[in-house]
Amino acid sequence: MSEAISALQGRVTAGEVTIREAGLRGMITLRGDLADKQLRTVCSAVTGVDFPGLGKANCDGQKGLCWMSPDELLVLAPYAEVGEALAQIDKALTGKHYLAENVSDARAVMMVEGAYAREVIAKLSPVDLHPDSLAPGDFRRTRLGQVAAAFRMQDEDTFEVICFRSVAAYAFDLLTASAGAGRVGHFR
Amino acid sequence: MLILHCPYCGMDVDETDLHGGGQAHLTREGPGSTDAEFEDYLFMRENPKGVHFERWRHVYGCGKWFHAARCTNTLQVFGTYPAQTLEPPKEICEAISAARPGWSWGAFK
Repeated sequence: MSEAISALQGRVTAGEVTIREAGLRGMITLRGDLADKQLRTVCSAVTGVDFPGLGKANCDGQKGLCWMSPDELLVLAPYAEVGEALAQIDKALTGKHYLAENVSDARAVMMVEGAYAREVIAKLSPVDLHPDSLAPGDFRRTRLGQVAAAFRMQDEDTFEVICFRSVAAYAFDLLTASAGAGRVGHFR
Repeated sequence: MLILHCPYCGMDVDETDLHGGGQAHLTREGPGSTDAEFEDYLFMRENPKGVHFERWRHVYGCGKWFHAARCTNTLQVFGTYPAQTLEPPKEICEAISAARPGWSWGAFK
């Protein structure tokens, strides 16, 4: 099999806020009844984290669960372990109405790290990024500039941005420009 | 700028995260309908200056359709509710009545 490479192969723009492409990440799109007990159990078993509530993501390292919509979940896992995770999900949900698909190669992940990471995102997205509205652990599915993207607030200075692979270069340049333009000082 | 509450995500979302879907609460006329009914369904729409019911899709978010009741004149939003209904819920109608006594829209009032 050919060797998998990530969209931007780990490109980095260092600065006060650093934009870094995170390399290969495993992702499974899971659609189904999120209230289903077996679904919740297998998701937690595969990732080792609690099932997330509305608009939340629970992550531990490269593993995690992100709430995408009332019937959709994004399962994160290390790239090499996705096949195994998918097999586990398929096995647990046999006979149920669900869809689980490995979308790892269709996505790109970028890290936004630094003192005003919150503002770097706020300049590009219509989401309310005020500290009162968005705290670490929150997950939003929205857009950045012209493209669809989702982001997770990891901690006060770190955001993880997920977008489609085909627009990875655009999203990276956008984040770089936003970071390069400096701090706004709006959130205090 | 319009900010609507997505009833599925439970959060306020900006207009640019949404896609408008036109008038809500249309009756979909099928093959058994008369020409006049079918014409109404295809072409005839409310165009009020005031209370209006619309369909919106949270296109950049959860991807779900929902309905919104708002004023086309002042952009006041009276409320949003899931699309799996044939008529606006009671609390939405009450919210409109509180702000616009005597309102009517199609068959609703």
